[in-house]
Amino acid sequence: MSVLEAESEALLGAIRRLLAAKGVLNEGEIAQQRQSTDRAEPGQGARMVARAWTDPDYRALMLSDGAKAAEAMNIPMRGMPPLGVLENNDQAHHLVVCTLCSCYPKAVLGYPPYWYKSSAYRARAVRDPRGLLLEFGTSLPEGLTIRVVDSSADFRWMVLPRRPSGTDGWSAERLAALVRPGDMLGVTLPNA
Amino acid sequence: MNSDNPPAHHDMGGVPRFMCEAVDVSPHELNDFDRDVDAVRGLLSAKKIMSVDELRRGIEAIPEAEYRRLSYYGRWIRSIADNLLLKRVFTEAELRAEMER
Amino acid sequence: MSFRAGEEVVVKNDWPETRGPAHIRTPHYVRGRRGRVVRRLGAFPNPEDLAFARPAAPRDLYHVSFAMRELWPEGGGDEVVVELYEHWLERP
Repeated sequence: MSVLEAESEALLGAIRRLLAAKGVLNEGEIAQQRQSTDRAEPGQGARMVARAWTDPDYRALMLSDGAKAAEAMNIPMRGMPPLGVLENNDQAHHLVVCTLCSCYPKAVLGYPPYWYKSSAYRARAVRDPRGLLLEFGTSLPEGLTIRVVDSSADFRWMVLPRRPSGTDGWSAERLAALVRPGDMLGVTLPNA
Repeated sequence: MNSDNPPAHHDMGGVPRFMCEAVDVSPHELNDFDRDVDAVRGLLSAKKIMSVDELRRGIEAIPEAEYRRLSYYGRWIRSIADNLLLKRVFTEAELRAEMER
Repeated sequence: MSFRAGEEVVVKNDWPETRGPAHIRTPHYVRGRRGRVVRRLGAFPNPEDLAFARPAAPRDLYHVSFAMRELWPEGGGDEVVVELYEHWLERP
């Protein structure tokens, strides 16, 4: 552990003890909060995407009110920021970033990946998205415009990717298993 | 036009120093420190003691050299400490004493 | 100020952080740049005030699209869409 890491750990420890001593918050609450946060994971988003692929009414709901669509899948959204869903189609491919910090649709997808929070991603996404996508092994078909969405304010954004070909008749479960976290941020494309 | 005003260090969109940097796409597991800082932040917000906006402002105020050296959640706990001191939830003396324990 | 979907706007070329402590959610790379309103996203308390625990009035938030060639010397045919508060937007 580096000196700086050790200092950060010591700072956290000191703050926890002081907050408990002053009755502000205690270890029980921290444990409960962790548990509640850990419940959110990318599978939730994948299930939303799979349902949108097979149910046009749900798709419409997801695109008009992401939070309501999440709640319809029993994902708790009370007190959470508004969720915007970006529809990929044959004209546009969306890529999500937060250049100012790391705003991420955490309530639906869980903790953001390390790369999403990195300086390289935050700097490059809005200036060289095609070069950036190559780092993820993604090269887009010609004629597709990339729309980079910078999460600068109150919304959190996720991508509704296009349903891959060769998946006719697939169950929602089988479809959801195709959808990776990167697909819902626009760095990769799901494939069957 | 914008060259007279270099961006603040957190305002990273298109900034030249990172444009040639590779993205580390490998998975990084969150450890207990990360998850606990995240939980403390969430609780402080839910209890209306410190908003996410105040957290961000505190992170942005970290001097550049330290900002770059701190881990992601290291920046969070630094901002949390600065905010709680500002709000007099505890004093610097109390914090220092607790850290020396 | 209120804007309609499709309307052209210019982002103020303002740098409040050079005048004192500030918390600004308008990324540097769009300040002074021309874009097009995609839609109004809603009204939210101004984060520039929330960040200092000051009373924060609700402000209209817009999704605004910028062509890459507007933003960077090397240009490009893609777009960047940013959430911007109405007090940062002007008519050209």
